[in-house]
Amino acid sequence: MSRKPDTTPTPGRVSLSTWGDPLFKGITFVFAAGVLALLVAMFAVLWHESAPSRAAFGLGFLTDASWNPVTERFGALTAIAGTLISTLIALLVAVPISVGIALFLSELAPARLRTPFGVGIELLAAIPSIVYGMWGLFVLAPILSNLVQPALANSLGFLPLFSGPQMGIGMLTAGLVLALMITPFIASVTRDVFRMVPPQLKESAYGMGATTWEVVRDIMIPYGRKGIYGAVFLGMGRALGETMAVTFVIGNSHRLSASLFAPGNSIASTLANEFTEADGDLYLSSLVELGLVLFLITFLILGFAQLYLKRMSAPGGRS
Amino acid sequence: MPNHIDTRRRVLTNRLVMGISTLSAMLGLAMLAWILGDVALKGIHAINWDFFTKLPPPPGETGGGLANAMLGTLLLTATAALIAVPFGVMAGTFLAEFGHGGRVAAVVRYVSDILVSAPSIVVGMCVYLLVVVPSGHFSGWAGALSLAVIMIPVVTRTTDEMLRLVPTEMREATLALGAPYWRMMLGVIYRAAAAGMTTGILLAVARVSGETAPLLFTALNSPYWLDGLNGPVANLTVTLFNYAMSPYDEWHTLAWGAALLITVSVLVLTGFSRIILGTRIR
Amino acid sequence: MAPDSTNNPSQNNPKDASSGESQATVEQTSPTRDTPVIGISPHKKMRKPYLEPSPTASSRVEKAKVSVRGLNFFYGDKQALTDNTLDIAHGKVTAFIGPSGCGKSTHIRSYNRMYDLYKGQRAEGEILLDGVNILSPGVSSLELRHRIGMIFQRPTPFPMTVFDNVAYGLRLRGRIPRSDLAGRVEEALKGAALWNEVKDDLHKPGAHLSGGQQQRLCIARAIAVEPEVILMDEPCSALDPIATGKIEELIDEFRGRYTVVIVTHNMQQAARVSDYTAFFFMGRVIEFGETEEIFTNPREEQTEAYITGRFG
Repeated sequence: MSRKPDTTPTPGRVSLSTWGDPLFKGITFVFAAGVLALLVAMFAVLWHESAPSRAAFGLGFLTDASWNPVTERFGALTAIAGTLISTLIALLVAVPISVGIALFLSELAPARLRTPFGVGIELLAAIPSIVYGMWGLFVLAPILSNLVQPALANSLGFLPLFSGPQMGIGMLTAGLVLALMITPFIASVTRDVFRMVPPQLKESAYGMGATTWEVVRDIMIPYGRKGIYGAVFLGMGRALGETMAVTFVIGNSHRLSASLFAPGNSIASTLANEFTEADGDLYLSSLVELGLVLFLITFLILGFAQLYLKRMSAPGGRS
Repeated sequence: MPNHIDTRRRVLTNRLVMGISTLSAMLGLAMLAWILGDVALKGIHAINWDFFTKLPPPPGETGGGLANAMLGTLLLTATAALIAVPFGVMAGTFLAEFGHGGRVAAVVRYVSDILVSAPSIVVGMCVYLLVVVPSGHFSGWAGALSLAVIMIPVVTRTTDEMLRLVPTEMREATLALGAPYWRMMLGVIYRAAAAGMTTGILLAVARVSGETAPLLFTALNSPYWLDGLNGPVANLTVTLFNYAMSPYDEWHTLAWGAALLITVSVLVLTGFSRIILGTRIR
Repeated sequence: MAPDSTNNPSQNNPKDASSGESQATVEQTSPTRDTPVIGISPHKKMRKPYLEPSPTASSRVEKAKVSVRGLNFFYGDKQALTDNTLDIAHGKVTAFIGPSGCGKSTHIRSYNRMYDLYKGQRAEGEILLDGVNILSPGVSSLELRHRIGMIFQRPTPFPMTVFDNVAYGLRLRGRIPRSDLAGRVEEALKGAALWNEVKDDLHKPGAHLSGGQQQRLCIARAIAVEPEVILMDEPCSALDPIATGKIEELIDEFRGRYTVVIVTHNMQQAARVSDYTAFFFMGRVIEFGETEEIFTNPREEQTEAYITGRFG
């Protein structure tokens, strides 16, 4: 709220107060601009440091599946594919469950249970991702390799997706751990979206004899559509950039495979495993370019998420 | 089709969907219980006096602890908070107080919202390139800086939101007494928003205290006692990562202990901040 | 006005002394009018010219503390006040009435330049405080607000103790010895008729008081700095009838000591507490005069319609 000089230019105040307010406003402005500067600095350093790699490989970097430090030939395809596939698995599992949880928390749960369930979901969101990763490696992976993967192979093994080594470590495990991690995020945002639906709207639908499910399907989901998209994009942004939960269980292999059981890697896991060990400028530069790609993808996705969430919360901002 | 059959189908569909929804929520809680249970059961074996007082053992030997890493994590997190809190509070103040409807504020708000969820490993990489490479060595300062970069957008947006919850009348009443704007902020408005801002800061601290990725290339890790922030600093999360990925059972045990400690601290901080908010607002 | 100029803050019951005196002044120098008694219709027509929006119009009241001349107010491109001209009598209580959105709040918020706070809001014309135009660039809004206190619709206790709330404005003006401060806080709380209720709870949060007590706390906070004018923007709209009664008693006691301007949507309240009343409609001052006149013999049809409850 600037003091607009218009008809009443800022009055000449006495002593301290003359410069106190402009100074205060100036300081806050510098820090606010600092937030933008952080973003610009990050982008600039990634762009600058990835120059050798961009010069050497051009756009082909994105479509090349080779990653060979010995011959110094690097391509991002495996890592990008791994990032996208693990995120896709995570979303396929997490979105329906999250909406179910949100529905339960906002509509079905008896008042008495709402708080404990809500707190439980929020705690799940607060657990550090490295704990998810470690749990995935030591607890989930053995279960998958002993029980789930054989079952899937026996029933759906004719698909290349579900053939291959049943080690418990690989794309499927990474996707499931990610799903576990992003479910609470999506659920709590979706619950908030559901809560924004005006009660009169719901009541008038109930008043016409609609069942709870019909009210959800015909009123709440359409009303909160943008907010739900926002929640899903938010979860997606988190999953794309998540490092620790994935690095433990994805297997770290630079080979593309059609099987979800096979080990692979994601951009973040590649960075975590190789960045400190990268010798050679081109190697390091290629890793920086991987980081740049990840940064751009997540920025785009999170940008969409915020747009949708903003439009949802803006007054009259539905449909 | 007769009406009552249609109705019965609708009711059945409804029951089915409601059942699935309830099951989802149960599943969520079950997963929470499962993970927390595992972490507690496996981690508790590592928890003893040595765990809190001794240095990590060499590979293959039993005993020892993670005292150095605990100290390091505390110091890194505290330093990060010291950098990020003033930065974020000032930036948030601009958004809430001076940025109304302006384009600068809208952009900063949007960018902060995105940065809150930006991949932390990229932050660590940038700090590596900007600080570690020029200075020639890994350092606690670089680690604290990466954590601060992650905290800043969180603190900025919480401050922004909480200041905007303070009624306009409170501002007007202060200014009507002849207070300059900056004194109004320091004396009245920050106080009025204190509970919410504290919650936001605690949540940000909780979040970064469990962060690993930004420390991998900055603070690195160290098997030794803390020796200032100019060199590599031992910390719980990177230690957990290294030990869990190692082939030694003793180190796995310590890793579970670290996981338990981190989880409990983060959950306690999170719960504590919610209590602050709850008691003050309701 | 005697009580103000003699600067006599410890006066406990200024009402009798001062209001009598000021009453006398008004009478002496308003030859066109008798004592403010109902039923002086012969003069009604003669007063009409005062309503003409003319910046040079002579003061309607003797000893104007605030004289508003041709005030226009804008929210961006939207004009909210048009050519407001009226006088606020020194030491008296002036009430502003009118339907919601008629501009009465906007009007008093320009007296302490509260609009400075918001982008795109501006005032044109003149508001003379003791003859000095407070809208002119040379006037410090901080100094101005030291002289003009304000009470808001909802109580606004600051997030601090009762004591610190009242001391806030005093501390803004520089360091005050602790003992001095305690005395002035006590005095202000007594002035707001709150002392007896809070004297044992001075160090409890101000927000723990009841709504009516909170509003009196805000009044104590405002009078602690000895303002010359007190603006009240619907001060009772969030209070119950008993708390409202206490505030009205306070306003009555302030008469003579402070110049009070009160915005109210409650016409009975305006009739009970004020000496002068202005009726606002669509951003214009439709009618201004002594309260008894306005309520018993309104000249304007719109005023009468509003007062008798036909609209608004």
